[in-house]
Amino acid sequence: MAKFKKKKGGETPAISTASLPDIVFMLLFFFMVATVMRDNTLMVQNTLPAADQIQKLDKKDRVMYIYAGKPSSRYADKYGNQARIQLNDKFATVGDVGAFVLAERASKRQELQNVLTTALKVDGDTNMGLISDIKQELRQVNALKINYTTRVGDYTQNMKN
Amino acid sequence: MAKRAAPEVNAGSMADIAFLLLIFFLVTTTIETDSGINRKLPPTDEIVDPPIIKERNIFTVVVNKNNQFLVEEKPLEISEIREQAIAFLDNGGGVGDEACDYCQGAKDPSSSDNPEKAIISLKNNRETSYKVYIAVQNELVAAYNDLRDREFVRLNPLLGLTFVEANKRYADPRTTPEEKERLKPKLAEVKLMFPQKLSEAEPSKNN
Repeated sequence: MAKFKKKKGGETPAISTASLPDIVFMLLFFFMVATVMRDNTLMVQNTLPAADQIQKLDKKDRVMYIYAGKPSSRYADKYGNQARIQLNDKFATVGDVGAFVLAERASKRQELQNVLTTALKVDGDTNMGLISDIKQELRQVNALKINYTTRVGDYTQNMKN
Repeated sequence: MAKRAAPEVNAGSMADIAFLLLIFFLVTTTIETDSGINRKLPPTDEIVDPPIIKERNIFTVVVNKNNQFLVEEKPLEISEIREQAIAFLDNGGGVGDEACDYCQGAKDPSSSDNPEKAIISLKNNRETSYKVYIAVQNELVAAYNDLRDREFVRLNPLLGLTFVEANKRYADPRTTPEEKERLKPKLAEVKLMFPQKLSEAEPSKNN
């Protein structure tokens, strides 16, 4: 009868961490799949204006990006504080936009070449003059589908200075 | 020599390595997808013979360099633009062939004939701020969307969707082809009732 030994009470057994790598790997794979690497380093200030009547942008491979805004503080002493255009990783002038669009279009697959959208990621404080110039350039090269990229929010945020 | 069993690889540091990778991907991740206002630019072809448009069918919005608005030659706050644009588009003042049987507006003879003829003209200064321009665009698109929502719900009361929701569903890649096929004519019908006619003048330097 005395064979039934009472389990030694007191100490709780240590939690097994054997499944920890599995959990971490699961998370790892999720983030690996969900990750989109930033392909451009921003050299301009880019506080997008807010809007709420928005549509989602097309798939990534059908979009080319044009950034514009004042050069960020790192580049301000070299490039001044007038709004500039950024194409890929370089500052550019309005005249370069056409060539950029044609080069981007040529680099895409044939069936996508006619459905490309140009996303304008422009800082909210930029003057419309620059944007009109970009739009004129885009019209010249027949890149007519554009998207004013915005962040989600009420338009009244735009009216504050 | 006696065969020695290969020692087991210690997997204790596996979690550390995985954590390191995990943190790297956590930091570099940007999950958000971009969204914005879609627009189509007019082609460059010179129009030889511009069509004659009646003054009452044009709704002019001018934004000056101090970001102030002039709508139909009257200064206006931005919060009123949507309402004014809806009143203009939905007016339906035409008679006979140009009558609009679904408009619920005031039928004012000095405003637009019907939504198909109504054009919104947006003019801005070169020094207008981009965010104000986006705010105006947003309000004008909102005016169209409000009207399209109204007609879409009226025509498809059993669907339980507004035009904007249906359009979003149509653009969603997860929607089945059958459903897309079902939504397409309904969306097209409403788009035809209130076509988005938004003309932009080239910006001026002096007003």
